[in-house]
Amino acid sequence: MSSKVLKIDNLHVAIAGKEILKGVNLTIRQGEVHALMGPNGSGKSTLSYALMGHPNYEVSEGSVTLDGREMLELEPDERAKAGLFLAFQYPTSIPGVTVANFLRHAVTNVRNPERKEGEDLISMRDFRKEMRERMDELGMDPEFARRYLNEGFSGGEKKRAEVLQLSMLQPAFAVLDETDSGLDIDAVRIVAEGVNKVAARVSTGVLVITHYKRILDYIKPGFVHILYGGRIVESGGPELVDLLEKEGYDWVREKYPEAARDEDEMEQHAAAGQLAH
Amino acid sequence: MSSASTMSPPAAGGFGEASFETFLKDRDEPAWLVRRRKDAFATFQATPWPKSSDEEWRRTDIRAFKLGAFAAPLRRQTSAADQTILAPLYDGMSAHYATGIAHLNASVARSADSSKLGGALFVDLATAVKEHPELVERYLLTQAVTPDADALSALHAAFWTGGTLLYVPKGVKVEAPLFSLIGLGGAGNVDMDHTLIVLEDGAEATLVRESTSLGRPDTPALHAGAVEIVLGRGAKLQFVNIQNWDQQTWHFSRERALVGRDAQLQWTVGGLGSRLSKVNQEVVLNGEGASAQVNGVLFTGGRQHLAYFTRQDHAAPHTTSDLLYKGGLKDHSRLVWRGMIRVEKDAQRTDAYQKDDNLVLSDSARADSIPGLEIEANDVRCTHGATAGRVDEDMIFYARSRGVAREEAIRLIVEGFFANVYDRITLEPVRETLRQAVAAKLEQRAETARNPS
Ligand SMILES: Nc1ncnc2c1ncn2[C@@H]1O[C@H](COP(=O)(O)OP(=O)(O)O)[C@@H](O)[C@H]1O
Ligand SMILES: [Mg+2]
Repeated sequence: MSSKVLKIDNLHVAIAGKEILKGVNLTIRQGEVHALMGPNGSGKSTLSYALMGHPNYEVSEGSVTLDGREMLELEPDERAKAGLFLAFQYPTSIPGVTVANFLRHAVTNVRNPERKEGEDLISMRDFRKEMRERMDELGMDPEFARRYLNEGFSGGEKKRAEVLQLSMLQPAFAVLDETDSGLDIDAVRIVAEGVNKVAARVSTGVLVITHYKRILDYIKPGFVHILYGGRIVESGGPELVDLLEKEGYDWVREKYPEAARDEDEMEQHAAAGQLAH
Repeated sequence: MSSASTMSPPAAGGFGEASFETFLKDRDEPAWLVRRRKDAFATFQATPWPKSSDEEWRRTDIRAFKLGAFAAPLRRQTSAADQTILAPLYDGMSAHYATGIAHLNASVARSADSSKLGGALFVDLATAVKEHPELVERYLLTQAVTPDADALSALHAAFWTGGTLLYVPKGVKVEAPLFSLIGLGGAGNVDMDHTLIVLEDGAEATLVRESTSLGRPDTPALHAGAVEIVLGRGAKLQFVNIQNWDQQTWHFSRERALVGRDAQLQWTVGGLGSRLSKVNQEVVLNGEGASAQVNGVLFTGGRQHLAYFTRQDHAAPHTTSDLLYKGGLKDHSRLVWRGMIRVEKDAQRTDAYQKDDNLVLSDSARADSIPGLEIEANDVRCTHGATAGRVDEDMIFYARSRGVAREEAIRLIVEGFFANVYDRITLEPVRETLRQAVAAKLEQRAETARNPS
């Protein structure tokens, strides 16, 4: 299998006219695991939404290519078909649509990118069998497939449902946005193993967004990046994780005063936004 | 334009004095029934036509409805051509349900297979008048619905044609679901169907009724009908009523159920067709321990206007009612729902619930939900609510991020929107009929979007 490349180049993203990402550069190859760390409000989710093409995230500059193909020109569903996947930090619930039905539509479209709406879905039997296997891997009760997507799910169930979709869709590149948060340590392990299995099967390139070291004990990153004030200020190996775990972000602040100013402003903004909710 | 103007004179035309006489001669009915019709006709003439200032007609404009342009249908023999028109739908329903009665253009075209009725009586109303006059005389337009409800009820009571009676004697449980198909096709443009369902003490039955247009030309049509349900002590009825007329049809329907002691009613309405609908759907819990579940699936498009007035009348203690209406609207269509829970002084320990949710799929569509409570008892639990919203963009984005294109995502979300009402309907073919009808209407949307005219 040829190895694809996801290349984020000088990406600038604004929300409601306010610039959040100020020139992000990041290159991920299939088979690699990258970790992206950064304080709350530093723009991690903004990056993941922008990669997936959420309409509220305005890209003013830069490019994102997957194997040379510009992603920013594509609709979100076309990006998914091209091999991008995002496990959301806060997955949306879709009342009345079962996990199985939703996933059958998703899998059908991603595996048959030329399909027109209304054409047949993939065979129910094959789909069920495959989904059962994946659910088994993730320690999920088969009944789970009949529940309405994310409706009344606990935090942990939502994250598991995201990873189930990841393992069915087998993307070339997956962004996991705080997939570990809200999970107990056993769940983190199960979910991480699930991710590793897909990654091993189809050589997915993984970008793990997290605050904590614990998920990275299972999904071992070769590369670690620090997002601060809307840009990647440091990139290195796994040792960066330990450093952040021990020392926090103070040294980052001192080393990058300009990014620190932006970060402070964004954190205030984030706090104000949370109050408003 | 005066706001209190009469919307249309009841200008008799085909429903005037002379036509009524012709109609009575043509029917050749027993004296008691002729007298009833004459009384109803007098009521019709004495009852003012709806005015736009009337609460029930404030949002529902029928000025374009010309009663005089229609005429009461006379008796006719159904032809081979009629059978051909009916066959696909009749055969389709026969595949799902035990047996059924079909009417086309207000005349009976197919009768139920009596060997499949498990002891119930299920016949067209004209036959019932001949063979079981005592039943018809006792129940028809005397208890659940009365001719004086409004001008259209009186019109119906004077001119009803076609119609079915389902009578289930004491203790008889009809296991298999029955159906009633009411069609307007070819040149037929008036239907005055009457559905009468009586379950004696301890009786049980399921009836699925569907009214639909079958290849009619692009001309106006009228349905002025009524549904009456009377449930004895401990009786159980599941009744489904799907209205799927074409968008030239004016639909007026007065529907009321009397639910006796410990009886259980599940009543599902599907409102899909018609140019304009004005429906009164009422349940009266008049025996201790009675319960009713009312479900509504409404979906409108084009310039359709559907108005539903529901009532949950609690007249006895320890009664339960639970109403859930769901509406989807696209294009320039409009849905009006006005619900009333009424609890009488003696109806202590009432548990009543009503909810109307609407999903508005277009900027030009509009949903009005007006819940209401009138409570005279003090020990009751009543809950009501209404919502209206657009398809959630976050849901669409979520689905798109998993490879599902926008239109398909919307379709999934709309289907999901109706799921909690489908979940209450245990008959799979009914769910499937409603699902397909909703899907077909959504599809029309995609076409208009592609070829804006
Ligand atoms: N929908 C939004 N509207 C306005 N501002 C937003 C929105 N979402 C995020 N932001 C702002 O963007 C900044 C980055 O947020 P986010 O990307 O969610 O950070 P992280 O995921 O790193 O915690 C914060 O200042 C936040 O307030
Ligand atoms: Mg985030």
